[in-house]
Amino acid sequence: MALWNAVASRLARHRSWTAGVGSSRAMSSWWHSVEPAPKDPILGVTEAFLADPSPDKVNVGVGAYRDDNGKPVVLECVREAERRIAGSMNMEYLPMGGSVKMVEETLKLAYGDNSEFIKDKRVAAVQALSGTGACRLFAEFQKRFRPESQIYIPVPTWSNHHNIWRDAQVPQRTYHYYHAESRGLDFASLMDDVKNAPSGSFFLLHACAHNPTGVDPSEEQWREISQQFKAKGHFALFDMAYQGFASGDPERDAKSIRIFLEDGHSIGIAQSYAKNMGLYGQRVGCLSVLCEDEKQAVAVKSQLQMIARPMYSNPPVHGALIVSTILGDPELKQLWLKEVKGMADRIIGMRTALRENLENLGSSLSWKHITEQIGMFCYSGMTPEQVDRLTKEFHIYMTRNGRISMAGVTTGNVRYLANAIHVVTEST
Amino acid sequence: MASNVLSAAASASPSTSPVTDLLKGKGRLGSGNVGSLFIKDKGNPFLNSKSCGRISMAVAVNVSRFEAITMAPPDPILGVSEAFKADNDEKKLNLGVGAYRTEELQPYVLDVVKKAENLMLERGENKEYLPIEGLAAFNKVTAELLFGADSPVISEQRVATVQGLSGTGSLRLAAVLIERYFPGAKVLISSPTWGNHKNIFNDARVPWSEYRYYDPKTVGLDFEGMIEDIKAAPEGSFILLHGCAHNPTGIDPTPEQWEKIADVIQEKNHIPFFDVAYQGFASGSLDQDAASVRLFAARGMEIFVAQSYSKNLGLYSERIGAINVVCSSTDTAARVKSQLKRIARPMYSNPPIHGARIVANVVGDPALFDEWKAEMEMMAGRIKGVRQKLYDSLTSKDKSGKDWSFILKQIGMFSFTGLNKNQSDNMTNKWHVYMTKDGRISLAGLNLAKCEYLADAIIDSYHNVS
Repeated sequence: MALWNAVASRLARHRSWTAGVGSSRAMSSWWHSVEPAPKDPILGVTEAFLADPSPDKVNVGVGAYRDDNGKPVVLECVREAERRIAGSMNMEYLPMGGSVKMVEETLKLAYGDNSEFIKDKRVAAVQALSGTGACRLFAEFQKRFRPESQIYIPVPTWSNHHNIWRDAQVPQRTYHYYHAESRGLDFASLMDDVKNAPSGSFFLLHACAHNPTGVDPSEEQWREISQQFKAKGHFALFDMAYQGFASGDPERDAKSIRIFLEDGHSIGIAQSYAKNMGLYGQRVGCLSVLCEDEKQAVAVKSQLQMIARPMYSNPPVHGALIVSTILGDPELKQLWLKEVKGMADRIIGMRTALRENLENLGSSLSWKHITEQIGMFCYSGMTPEQVDRLTKEFHIYMTRNGRISMAGVTTGNVRYLANAIHVVTEST
Repeated sequence: MASNVLSAAASASPSTSPVTDLLKGKGRLGSGNVGSLFIKDKGNPFLNSKSCGRISMAVAVNVSRFEAITMAPPDPILGVSEAFKADNDEKKLNLGVGAYRTEELQPYVLDVVKKAENLMLERGENKEYLPIEGLAAFNKVTAELLFGADSPVISEQRVATVQGLSGTGSLRLAAVLIERYFPGAKVLISSPTWGNHKNIFNDARVPWSEYRYYDPKTVGLDFEGMIEDIKAAPEGSFILLHGCAHNPTGIDPTPEQWEKIADVIQEKNHIPFFDVAYQGFASGSLDQDAASVRLFAARGMEIFVAQSYSKNLGLYSERIGAINVVCSSTDTAARVKSQLKRIARPMYSNPPIHGARIVANVVGDPALFDEWKAEMEMMAGRIKGVRQKLYDSLTSKDKSGKDWSFILKQIGMFSFTGLNKNQSDNMTNKWHVYMTKDGRISLAGLNLAKCEYLADAIIDSYHNVS
């Protein structure tokens, strides 16, 4: 027991060592079987970026908005909301379902200001820990009340989706989504997968600005998907993390959801304010489930709360207060709409700039997908090896699936970025 | 599909709904009119037959998969406040949830918290994602606060600290870690304990059983029973201990008893798992209240500590706490931390920033920290004062010779009165005193002005109701 001797003699040096009984057993760790966990593929990128001393480094990894100077942004409407709420609120526990006011405003964004479903109180909704927490609540709810069900997830998708349903112990299936050759939507295969799935399957859909590809179905395609869902009796869970961020217009970005609602589907929606209100670290979001009637909505909400209680008891207040202050005040809400459009416009501008730069460099490849895709991300089509070269040779950080966070692109770095991409892709 | 729609309508009549069945079962919550317990501002949706069975004109394509979902029962602790709100009697007293109130029975935001928030507002910091493990400055000050800044576990970097969603979230992270790396291992929880403990282990699929703790005969600690049950547990079990100010009883082991508890845990190769939700609130001293945790750490044991700032910094709704795992080496701590992150990521990705910044600013700044200590002493002092007044009122009014000294011996926010369910119901029905059915009262919700009234209620319930 050489290891124990070494450890014990180290501890013997400390005067605080007082125990006599059985101290030897405590020395060999309980945790020797614990392996180091792999770095999170997305959040690990920023860790690596921060550790890089190069002055040229560019972070187009995580999906957090940056201004044209590459700096994080706190929206004006958010600062004003914080000034208003500072010192005026106590910090009593929110109800398990979270801030009622914030949830009300959030449902209006998703379902429409004058939604009959809201009026009829058919929506079971709880404040959640941003989009992740909303998805996780749904996954746990699905496991508990539909234990035989699976979740159909698009390929590709945000990597954490897989972790969420795995930890909730819901089996996963995939459906076709991205078409590599065209860098667009593989609509025919998607429809096949929807048709071939057993009736009454659960599907995860990205409402807008698909992450990581930036490829969204057109309105016509959404209508067809909805019809096919109807024919098969499938359940649609929408993950809407970018409302307002895709086109600049929240109403337009909710189109897919509105189509499904018009067609009579009872859906679920996971919403997040991380990006569109810049409240990333505040963890504010909402999970809603459209039910048949008010009574069912009350029951479903109560069960969602039962899932939340042993996870975190009740959700954090600060971000929720910011949201309800902004959305509850017409002037602040207008300011927010303006700022969201500003962020979306800057990104659309950077898409144009990146594509033009690549074309001007004489790249033989097609880069039109950069401007055809929408939202924060561009699925460049680069291979992991090419991405590794970008990092090693150019200090450019992105996820290895070739996803570029356009929010990290600025007028200051777009040429450097285009050049680097050109170098690693042209020589293939 | 049409038939499902019709059946939804048919099942919506109040007399057969699972909701009213539940309401009938909940009569023990004490109010005469059971239906009124759940009244929200706009009337009781459960008994409003108008709202049941209304179906939208849109064709319901996906007829609900959620048909069979019944109403969950109200939370036994948080439901008390709801019932209190619904009561219109002016004498009503809320001794339910453990949230500190001032002498005026108002919620209290600490001065140091306001100062910290103003500083944060001035600095205009951004709201970027925290790393999965939380704010580094927060994690550092939290570990130091718990273990002592000069503890070897800190200097040897043997503590894996991950910011969590207050005590609940931190316990949950640990529970999942246990399920993953110690499949089949049991957690032993005290009888009684905070009601949400079992929910957390149930949802994490960790088996649990109880160890004896509260002795109703003495209204004190059943120490022998506790030791026996810990000894009898399978080797390598996790023993959930309240670091100080046991919830719900307010009964803490003495320092000598803590030593013996540590002995038997080491003998049986168990892992101690502390829940520290009231550091500073028990004695008024942050260091003193950490003595039990530090005793175990000093023995070189590997320990879990779930910790919360909800009460001691009044940050309830900010959801700020941490899970700390003391390991035998730096490397192990790093690995354990990485796995805790892997558990957090699919739960909420990364923790909320606001509360963490407040704590880092208060605990990390010497001047604010000293101010905090003073406010902590004031809060704990108010509770001690209320205990004294309640005890004095009880002993002067009660002529039966019953020993009420347990009120003074118990510590922290709560007192376990020894009242049984019927007696607790009497407290609510007759006296409009709201408390949990296990006989627990939150002294944080009591002020000097109401001590005599409460004494009358307790004496009446104890002697005249069985």
